[in-house]
Amino acid sequence: MKIPNKTGHFGEFGGRFVPETLMSMLEDLEKVFNSLKTDKKFKKEFNFYLREYAGRPTNLYLAERLSKHLKSLKVYLKREDLLHTGAHKINNTLGQILVAKKMGKTRIIAETGAGQHGVATATAAALMGLECEVYMGAEDVRRQALNVYRMKLLGAKVTSVTSGSKTLKDAMNETIRDWVTNVNNTFYIIGSVAGPHPYPVMVRDFQSCIGRESRRQFLAKEGKLPNYLVACVGGGSNAMGLFHAFFNDKKVKMIGVEASGLGLNTDKNAAPLARGNVGVLHGSKSKLLQTKDGQVVIAHSIAAGLDYPGVGPEHSYYKNIGRAEYVSANDKEAISGLKLLSEIEGIIPAMETSHAISYLEKLAKKVSGKKTVILCLSGRGDKDVDEIKEII
Amino acid sequence: MSRIDRKFKSLKKENKKAFIAFITAGDPDIKTTEELVVSFERSGVDIIEIGVPFSDPLADGPTIQASSQRALKKGINLDKIFEVVKRIRKKTEVPIALMTYYNPVFYYGEVKFIEKAKEAGIDGIIVPDLPPEEAKVLIKEAKKKDISTIFFLSPTTSKKRIKIIVESSSGFIYYVALTGVTGARSEISSDLLVKIKEAKKYTSKPICVGFGVSNNFQVKKICKAADGVIGGSAIINEIIKNKAKKNLVRNVSSFVHKLAS
Ligand SMILES: Cc1ncc(COP(=O)(O)O)c(C=O)c1O
Repeated sequence: MKIPNKTGHFGEFGGRFVPETLMSMLEDLEKVFNSLKTDKKFKKEFNFYLREYAGRPTNLYLAERLSKHLKSLKVYLKREDLLHTGAHKINNTLGQILVAKKMGKTRIIAETGAGQHGVATATAAALMGLECEVYMGAEDVRRQALNVYRMKLLGAKVTSVTSGSKTLKDAMNETIRDWVTNVNNTFYIIGSVAGPHPYPVMVRDFQSCIGRESRRQFLAKEGKLPNYLVACVGGGSNAMGLFHAFFNDKKVKMIGVEASGLGLNTDKNAAPLARGNVGVLHGSKSKLLQTKDGQVVIAHSIAAGLDYPGVGPEHSYYKNIGRAEYVSANDKEAISGLKLLSEIEGIIPAMETSHAISYLEKLAKKVSGKKTVILCLSGRGDKDVDEIKEII
Repeated sequence: MSRIDRKFKSLKKENKKAFIAFITAGDPDIKTTEELVVSFERSGVDIIEIGVPFSDPLADGPTIQASSQRALKKGINLDKIFEVVKRIRKKTEVPIALMTYYNPVFYYGEVKFIEKAKEAGIDGIIVPDLPPEEAKVLIKEAKKKDISTIFFLSPTTSKKRIKIIVESSSGFIYYVALTGVTGARSEISSDLLVKIKEAKKYTSKPICVGFGVSNNFQVKKICKAADGVIGGSAIINEIIKNKAKKNLVRNVSSFVHKLAS
């Protein structure tokens, strides 16, 4: 069976739940995206920008001191933090902006949490000379001030969203409202493997270079496949980007790390795979943090990029079929993950990524013998320094 | 035949158009919602749309977003709405459609939702983020209980989709007047009438127009081509204006009467 199927369903998840105004456009987008899959010229162009502009392939770096510290794990870091703009998000925005151009759209919109996707979108828009507006929750505007300024320097308009949670969820609501209004000339670059079909599969495809490269690089260095893949999960794009190329390598275990905020047993977390129920938000069906009345709960995480009550549908599917395991790390653990990698490897990781790093300590205690790991170092921590300063 | 179908049949006989009024359940409070529905019928409203508040109303502009938030703060949920409709049904036979985002319905359980809706006396359901392709269960269950499923057409709908939508719809078809979210506007787009006439070629089911309707001038103009008009944000604005006043129900009803006539 093909995943997702023709209607964009990953098992019971995914689909297309949007106002009618967007439906015909999504059908067009699906057609264009499908035709580009076999379009050599498009592939060449996309790969050109990934290589010459973004800086791919990224290194697969053996973190020796970290491995020594963890004892039982040999950890390779997939250095997405070294990409232009500092996170994996640029892979996807370069892909989508080329699709937008193919569709003749002149205006780009995006939601952003940590600001990394906003910066990556503003960057791609500047590169292609397209008008760009980024919606960002007021709370995130505050805690990611550096990225707000970067987007402005890149010529994008940043609109602060004050409704609801004032974070990623409401930024996405507002972006969809803009989209419904300006659908004729506007392309929405969604920042994760979320949203209505074909976005989850499109973003996965654009991010899957992470896993394809990692697989090749790891084989070249180790002559075998890794035991574990570890990545943080917000919407899930860096994790899916890493996981996808390994789907059929049944022996490779995949671990996604959600943010448990103040704790899984509090109502202040961002771990829908652990604590959510099936629901529909922002165009697709997936695990969702919600009340008994089906109202969406406001998530909490120290990492703005993980601070979201939903998750991409393919992760819910991976969880259901048991292909990946999902665990979580709380705010405190993330901070210690950030400190650990900074001090031991000289790499300051993004707060989002730090959740995945902190989990390595737990994994190290669980495994028997020596195991190999690829960790997706999804982004660098420069953007978080101001916020961290207040906490540490 | 649901109450909605019967209403359109009788309007047609009298050569009249439908006026449909939207209010959010529980804003400003559930008792006022009950009184408004009863009073609206006497003020010339043909069908009432009761909005189920949702945390993330992404098809709505600021007016209905805020209304939704206020209702949620009052603890409104589907069960409370079913209760109030039951009370309303003791007083009036006015057709009632529930307007709700999909998640509260999905989480409640679609089968149970339709059962309870029928029991309460609800005649139709409108789900702005549920295209017919994803609505198979809901359509099937609703059909069993003779509840109308009202889907949307929009100015951006392709010809291929128009067919799917008119086939899946019962009661009436909701034509979105503009590309955008709900909210009062003073104008209507110049090609709206042409587009409605185009859509009418595909169906004999009633087509009603909503989004942005706020004055009687628009209502009259739209009715040249459509079978009815839906007013929402303008009515909510009027409710807010009269919030602190004792005669809220009377004032809002008289506003609606003027809008509808
Ligand atoms: C560095 C970094 N990692 C991870 C994420 C989470 O997104 P996703 O789960 O889609 O990779 C973000 C989001 O902003 C991010 O900036």
